[in-house]
Amino acid sequence: MTGDAASGEPAIETHGLTKRFGSYAAVNGIDLTVPRGAVFGFLGPNGSGKTTTIRMLLGLAVPTSGTVRLLGHDMSGDLRDVLPRVGALVEGPGFYPYLSGAANLNRLDTADRYAPSATRRARVDSALERVGLGHAARKKVHAYSLGMKQRLGIANALLTPRELLVLDEPTNGLDPQGTREVRSLVRSLAAEGTTVFVSSHLLAEIEQICTHAAVMSVGNLVAQGTLDELRRVGQPQVRVLTPDPDAAARVFERLGLSPASVDDSDGTAAAATVTAPLNDELTDPDSIVAALVSDGVRVRGFSIERASLEDRFVALTGEGFDIAQ
Amino acid sequence: MPSSQLLRSRPAVGWALLASELSVLFRRRRTWAMLLALAAVPILIALAVRLSSATPPPGRGPAFLDQITQNGLFVGAVGLIVCVPLFLPLTVGVVAGDTIAGEASAGTLRYLLVAPAGRVRLLLVKFAAAVVFCVAATLAVAVAGAAIGIALFPVGPVTLLSGDTISVGESLLRSLLVAAYISVSLIGLSAIGLFISTLTDVPVGAMASTIVLAVVSQVLDSLPQLDWLHPWLFSHYWLGFGDLLRQPISWDSFGNNAILQAAYVLVFAALAYGRFSSKDILS
Repeated sequence: MTGDAASGEPAIETHGLTKRFGSYAAVNGIDLTVPRGAVFGFLGPNGSGKTTTIRMLLGLAVPTSGTVRLLGHDMSGDLRDVLPRVGALVEGPGFYPYLSGAANLNRLDTADRYAPSATRRARVDSALERVGLGHAARKKVHAYSLGMKQRLGIANALLTPRELLVLDEPTNGLDPQGTREVRSLVRSLAAEGTTVFVSSHLLAEIEQICTHAAVMSVGNLVAQGTLDELRRVGQPQVRVLTPDPDAAARVFERLGLSPASVDDSDGTAAAATVTAPLNDELTDPDSIVAALVSDGVRVRGFSIERASLEDRFVALTGEGFDIAQ
Repeated sequence: MPSSQLLRSRPAVGWALLASELSVLFRRRRTWAMLLALAAVPILIALAVRLSSATPPPGRGPAFLDQITQNGLFVGAVGLIVCVPLFLPLTVGVVAGDTIAGEASAGTLRYLLVAPAGRVRLLLVKFAAAVVFCVAATLAVAVAGAAIGIALFPVGPVTLLSGDTISVGESLLRSLLVAAYISVSLIGLSAIGLFISTLTDVPVGAMASTIVLAVVSQVLDSLPQLDWLHPWLFSHYWLGFGDLLRQPISWDSFGNNAILQAAYVLVFAALAYGRFSSKDILS
């Protein structure tokens, strides 16, 4: 944690942030708060307004209404002083194809007046090393694969030490190894005290690295908080794997766990899964197993599962292709 | 935290961005292809004249063409006269139209602005680079013309339009002066290209519009019915460098041209600023 963290100013704070294109509200009055030091997952299906929000955070687009504060500064005025402390990957990498990877980073680094020219070469090289592109530094970017361009984009965000990183879909186009490397990179940056704001439509990624998350749907912020807070909203489920599903269901009902549902679609006729919502206050989970066993129900597996972030995500944003537009 | 220390250090003036812009411009193959094509114009003229047996009759073809065989120093002037109406505006239109729109379509504009380059600073740097290209393009024609002229034809004292004769050294200086005049002539067009480039994310569109405007301006300038409009057209003085080929030099057209181009720069730079400083970068 840094001295700045102690000041209590969030890394990102928006109030009533709105962006309209004509009559269509791409972002509709969102209040986003990203605490310092957090790894903040910004979730939402494609077209939910994530990238538009990020463009407004970085001063690329002007909000129709509402305010943005980054690192304690108002973005409508202090853009020039704040942005050098922010590294960003916005909507995919963008590079000059006829320049090498290193030359591209050099070019973008010269645009930052606070980036010392004396250390430019060394900083470019170390950023490239950090994303595993050291060997391809002198290669022209048009010869890069999509994954390499993506890494180069991340390297650009790391040219100078940053207090805040905004990474829009950082694992797009990366293979599974690349995805894992990005995750461990984000973890190591967070460990150094950098606040990381990651947008993604892939939940699995977010769930593994984030401390906080927010969910966007059709331009609205529908949930926000720590990962635990988000998961807690859903009701936990009791799940029993047993060869005697009917008997188990009867025990569940006696204990007031209803409605119990039986699922034997596992393909193994020998056992089925019996599931029921668990009402936290009423039932002690340990007593359930005891009741099952004393009734002669053979228990092969028992678990209490909270809603995964994915269940929560789908519940908030709709399922499949009929996502509201 | 190191980044806070970075911020406490004073920001650099930012020449590095201009240097980087120029190196990106002149590292592109396209830029060199255009400069070589321009240089090829006087070379082709010189070769054509050298290889044909007949001396070009006076009064036909571009001005000074008939003088080439007597004095190779005229090749550069002929080359410039041929290039001014179309070839030079074409290349300048490509560079100026590409300034902002090219960055937008490559996806680099958002990264430059997030770096942050600063929108006004980026416009200034882009315009400065376009002006440098105007000079480079004109010099490409003038220098290639002088070189091929000296190589293929006799060289001697030059007779000016006023009838005076000047030495070879001074005539080379006058060629540079003409090149400077034409470079200045193209600056207004660069400002127009810069403005159009802020309107779109499609560089080809901005390039084509800029070039079309250069042609339209010259067409309007040739219609006597539009006399009143002529002094306001940015191409009006494009071929007015004859005054620089007299003794003593008359600076009137140079001055008028410079003032006209400066006015175009002011107007279109202001328009570009107005457009670009508040533009949503959605590319």
